[in-house]
Amino acid sequence: MSASAQDAAGKVSKVSTDSSGLLSRLARKLQSRWRTIVIVIPFVWLLLFFLAPFFIVAKISLAELKIASPPFTNMLDWSGDGFPKIRLIFDNFVYLWEDSLYFRTYLNSIKIAAISTFICLLFGYPIAYGIVRSGPVTKQLLLFAVILPFWTSFLLRVYAWMGLLADQGTINNLLIWVGLIDEPIRMLYNEFAVYVGIVYTYMPFMILPLYANMEKLDSTLNEAAADLGSKPSNTFFKVTLPLTMPGIIAGSLLVFIPATGEYVIPDLLGGGNVLMIGRLLYNEFSANTDWPLAAAVAIVLLLLLVLPMTIYQYYQGKATEA
Amino acid sequence: MYNNRSKFLTLMLTLGMIFFYVPILMLIIYSFNYSRIVPVWGGWSVRWYEVLFKSEEVWNAVVLSLQIGVINATFATILGTLAGLAMVRFGRFKGRTLFGGMLVAPLVMPEVITGLSLLVMFITLKQLIGWPAERGFTTITIAHITFSLAYVAVIVQARLTGMGETLEEAALDLGAKPFRVLTFITLPRLAPGMAAGWLLAFTLSLDDLVISSFVTGPGANTLPILIFSRIRTGLRPDINALATIIILFVAACVAIAALIMFQQQRRARRDEQIASQGTL
Repeated sequence: MSASAQDAAGKVSKVSTDSSGLLSRLARKLQSRWRTIVIVIPFVWLLLFFLAPFFIVAKISLAELKIASPPFTNMLDWSGDGFPKIRLIFDNFVYLWEDSLYFRTYLNSIKIAAISTFICLLFGYPIAYGIVRSGPVTKQLLLFAVILPFWTSFLLRVYAWMGLLADQGTINNLLIWVGLIDEPIRMLYNEFAVYVGIVYTYMPFMILPLYANMEKLDSTLNEAAADLGSKPSNTFFKVTLPLTMPGIIAGSLLVFIPATGEYVIPDLLGGGNVLMIGRLLYNEFSANTDWPLAAAVAIVLLLLLVLPMTIYQYYQGKATEA
Repeated sequence: MYNNRSKFLTLMLTLGMIFFYVPILMLIIYSFNYSRIVPVWGGWSVRWYEVLFKSEEVWNAVVLSLQIGVINATFATILGTLAGLAMVRFGRFKGRTLFGGMLVAPLVMPEVITGLSLLVMFITLKQLIGWPAERGFTTITIAHITFSLAYVAVIVQARLTGMGETLEEAALDLGAKPFRVLTFITLPRLAPGMAAGWLLAFTLSLDDLVISSFVTGPGANTLPILIFSRIRTGLRPDINALATIIILFVAACVAIAALIMFQQQRRARRDEQIASQGTL
């Protein structure tokens, strides 16, 4: 074997030990740094795709509509000499304030969401309480029955109500067949249908936090109250209701916040007759392609919901710590 | 006294279940209707299922939705598990409050806001770095991962809190390195929670309409986008058939997942009992 070949073989082995050294160094580094990696990967993802987008929406809401792609003006105006001029245009927000359509729509969205939340609570509370009071096997089955609609398609559950509420729909057919009415009652494409849709689709969001809260309740408290001569209704209002307040708040916010911005339900069941802000935003963006205005609508909606969202987060944080 | 209340509660439970399930039941029954006009009964038939299976448009949407669903669920489970671990097991770290906030906010954020903001993000990215070149598969998947990972993180956090730290502490006391404890003890015990998270992320993705509509591009029609465009004009018998298939498929998946979780819980409880009897 020639000297040069030996030399080459030596080089190869040296290279390979080098690379294995590099790998083990990398592995060691990974092991010592893994905690940082665990935090950084989801953190960066959320910063990039959740937080940063809001700032861009805020930026666009301060721009003007332009016939171009993308259809808005730039905040930094480079057309002058040297330094860019910052152009902030509050026209969109002024427009939202002055045009009564938007004001009424925001108000109407909050009204519909609030009433729906209350109806969900009114019916969800006894249902959750009934589940907690059931035997172990029935409890699992009932819980499953509540969760199942939550997993099946939201869109299809809304569609199911189109079939029930239509003029020629199941409910009207049934009522006419029974003889209660001669003419179909108009139930679809109005505010009533929107209420039904929101209560139906968001009910599990109310029941599940309530259930989780009630499950932890100490039933001996009720027995103690009863032993001391408290009537059931008195015990309910003085003991059970205050103790389930965290569940009531969490459930109500979980229904109220998304319901305020709801788009699918007013579009399919309200059929253009019901003003809701989510639908207006979507139309501003897709039909009118007025992106700056859509962005301004979104920012105002976000500002309206910041307080309820902060409260929810506070309770969520307390729940995970407990 | 208790009897009285339980009667009222039983009534409410019954009404609740009727309210939950009758609409779905009617939807399924009318999918077997021969008539072209949905609410008019024309006898039993499977003709709308035949129409459905022959539609290439529907098949394309199904395939696209399933692809996005699987990729989304996998990435969301990885990211959500990392996030859950960081929140529950890492104590204090810089930016924890912001991190926690960003993990909870997607759960309650109205979809129109999330959708619009992601869309403008993608457009800005395209202007800055030329990626993503066109909207569709990639942008929908990224959008879905962003909200799904928050749901996974909730499940993982709940499971981590429920598990307690005693086993991990024992392993550390016996000299195991933290990384080894994570891979040999924490992650295996977390597996059922991760599986549940994967399934939830998958169904959330299959279900999403609003956010997908914002970030999609020409030609990329997921199943909800296709369904929505068809039912905006009213009831359609072929959509009843499609809805029936989707609902039964999801129900079967959820039932299997629930059974697995239930059995695992029972086994864990039995193991605990045996262990506690052994120490006595």
